[in-house]
Amino acid sequence: MAAEAIVPRPPAADSGESAAPEPMLGAQIVLKALEEQGVEVLFGYPGGAVLPIYDELFKQNSIRHILVRHEQGAVHAAEGYARSTGKVGCVLVTSGPGATNAVTGLTDALMDSIPIVCLTGQVPTHLIGNDAFQEADTVGITRPCTKHNYLVRDVDQLARVMHEAFYIARSGRPGPVVVDLPKDVAMALGQYVTAPRGIQRQQHKTYRPQLKPQPSAVEAAVTLMANAKRPLFYTGGGVINAGPRAVAALRELVRLTGFPITSTLMGLGSYPAEDSQWLGMVGMHGLYEANLAMHDCDVMINIGARFDDRVTGNLNYFSPGSKKIHVDIDASSLNKNVIVDVGVIGDAGIVLEEMLALWKARGYRADQQALKGWWRNIAQWRARDCLRYDQRGKIIKPQYAIQRLYELTKHRETYITTEVGQHQMWAAQFYRFEEPNRWMTSGGLGTMGYGLPAAIGAQIAHPDGLVVDIAGEASILMNIQELSTAVQHRLPVKVFIINNQYMGMVRQWQELLHGGRYSESYTDALPDFVKLAEAFGCVGLRVSDPAKVDETIEEMIAVKRPVVVDVVVDQKENCYPMIPSGKAHNEMLLGPDDGGDKPIEGEGLALV
Amino acid sequence: MARSPKKAEAAPITNIYEGSIPTARLKDKVTYRHVLAALVDNEAGVLARVIGLFSGRGYNIESLTVSEVDRDQHLSRVNLVTSGTRQVVEQIKAQLNRLVPIHIVRDLTDDGPSVARELALVKVVGTGEKRVEALRIGDIFRANVVDSTTQSFVFEVVGNTEKVDAFIDLMKPLGLVEVSRTGVAAIARGAAAIEG
Repeated sequence: MAAEAIVPRPPAADSGESAAPEPMLGAQIVLKALEEQGVEVLFGYPGGAVLPIYDELFKQNSIRHILVRHEQGAVHAAEGYARSTGKVGCVLVTSGPGATNAVTGLTDALMDSIPIVCLTGQVPTHLIGNDAFQEADTVGITRPCTKHNYLVRDVDQLARVMHEAFYIARSGRPGPVVVDLPKDVAMALGQYVTAPRGIQRQQHKTYRPQLKPQPSAVEAAVTLMANAKRPLFYTGGGVINAGPRAVAALRELVRLTGFPITSTLMGLGSYPAEDSQWLGMVGMHGLYEANLAMHDCDVMINIGARFDDRVTGNLNYFSPGSKKIHVDIDASSLNKNVIVDVGVIGDAGIVLEEMLALWKARGYRADQQALKGWWRNIAQWRARDCLRYDQRGKIIKPQYAIQRLYELTKHRETYITTEVGQHQMWAAQFYRFEEPNRWMTSGGLGTMGYGLPAAIGAQIAHPDGLVVDIAGEASILMNIQELSTAVQHRLPVKVFIINNQYMGMVRQWQELLHGGRYSESYTDALPDFVKLAEAFGCVGLRVSDPAKVDETIEEMIAVKRPVVVDVVVDQKENCYPMIPSGKAHNEMLLGPDDGGDKPIEGEGLALV
Repeated sequence: MARSPKKAEAAPITNIYEGSIPTARLKDKVTYRHVLAALVDNEAGVLARVIGLFSGRGYNIESLTVSEVDRDQHLSRVNLVTSGTRQVVEQIKAQLNRLVPIHIVRDLTDDGPSVARELALVKVVGTGEKRVEALRIGDIFRANVVDSTTQSFVFEVVGNTEKVDAFIDLMKPLGLVEVSRTGVAAIARGAAAIEG
């Protein structure tokens, strides 16, 4: 077998005269397939098992490789790239630890339905199963955290598998796909085949997601909508994944019907936040008016959201009086958590367009009298001003910092990423999005350490955009090493740390659920973030005076280099409004004076 | 068994996930036993995907059989017995459908009459009257003796799960020492066929 390792490189196949295509090395097939699939950027980290691919990468110029500092960062960066562009993000890591380090990122992409193709190196086929150096059962490990995965044992299957991987990653409900590539396959000679085109492209042997909805389902949905008295659109990441067509159709349908609209954390930006029909985010830390509208509506139109537990709260009390319409491309999302009245399987864009066409063709008009009353209710809920906070004295409130960031960056092409915790929820509440693909946050998995690498991915895709990672001081330390990536590739990402010296959300739950026993949630011995930034070659700024927040943000924007801003904020501030775990939407707490100091008991205590 | 065969349906059975499911049926909280059949690409890891789905999402598997059924097309058939409420069983079917190498999933319990069989090899050790009694019951169940020594029999019994269970129960006091069962293989009645 050792002889197989030394395979001569074939002559360049650019003469174009011979009829039969020249065989190529597996590694060349990989790069050719990436090129054909339109990949411009590869996020990766080299290692023994992928050296042949890195060698080919060295010899070409069409694909840019972004060297990260940890493989988890590579996957999050690819997610940021994918979410800010709508394209497939692409990752290249080595075998063993390279693959296992990527697992968190893959799971994150699976939970949030982000299209990723991750190439992992593998030990040579004859060593698989022998506990070889840097061997891991990558397909076994990644089976539950990918949409699909492959182990390529035959170099002649490599091109087909690569094309199929991209098709599966981006089609239907998008997700991560792993291609595990043994080193000997990368070094063997094989035949390249081009990607299937035209009708062939849509005709995968088994995987054919249903894009066009059943007309009867669309009709049932539109009829329900037309007869609604207290309707509500509830949209999710599916609309953003379905692309600009879906976003345009959603906006038109919402305006035409005059219905209010709310959205999940994942769906922010699909409907403009400045519009009067927008109620803000729904869910555990969603807006009061959005949650009460969810609870009291009579027809709920769910487009591309999945009735996640962060949205529904206690299922027994979830929107008890409503008929529910659920549009999803994934049949398994239907009736999973909540049994719905009308299920529509299809692509959000196509379904929304068909709904729109039918609504117009039938000349439907909402019951204006009822709708007026419904909007009056909503106006009363809005009047509670649930995001109110007091910026007084000499300490910066975290909400204030984010609100100022919003005011000072909203007129730019700004992309916001976040880590996970209180700052993430405040960002979702106080940063208002007018466009899709501008907001990247780890919604399903809740991955601390997501924001910085995701910002790097977004900045690569949008070199002239302003990319800000709204971070917490605990989360940012989980992937702080990626500052080095930003410096190396001259990416002017901004890290805006809301520093309260606590794992804020953990502390908040300990306060509410565990009698204020702050077990291990205080981050003792934090680094000096300004010096840390400087050590990495970034610019470090610190602000602790509310009066200086604006000038600090302006300086951050003005510096065309990676910047870390340490915003020293109130340590005790909690994230409100909040639906305590185990409670219903209409039992929302608006603040500490609203019973937020009462301990949560019973089944709510056991929920996450 | 004396069920009259239904009229042959000409159209092949297509995928179950083309429309929505009536709400009332899903709210039923009773647990049912369902026999599901799936045609899958016979490739490495496909069984692990099915099993991983069940263990990862906490579904029951009462029985699972898998074997290649079309060598030219590399198709295997998975027969699966599970139990759950309607909502759970619909979830199971939808989740199975999501697996890339799965061609089609059919609910043999819901979608009309079907036949289900399994085979068991049952080893009974004993002498004297117990041995004679075992043989007699074997006869009643139309079980074949496929191995015999002066002290033991291996019976081969075929039938639905209840029949096999009953046979095994009867053999317990007669010296049953070991059982090997295949799990359920099932197929819909009538002329219609599942097409990959």
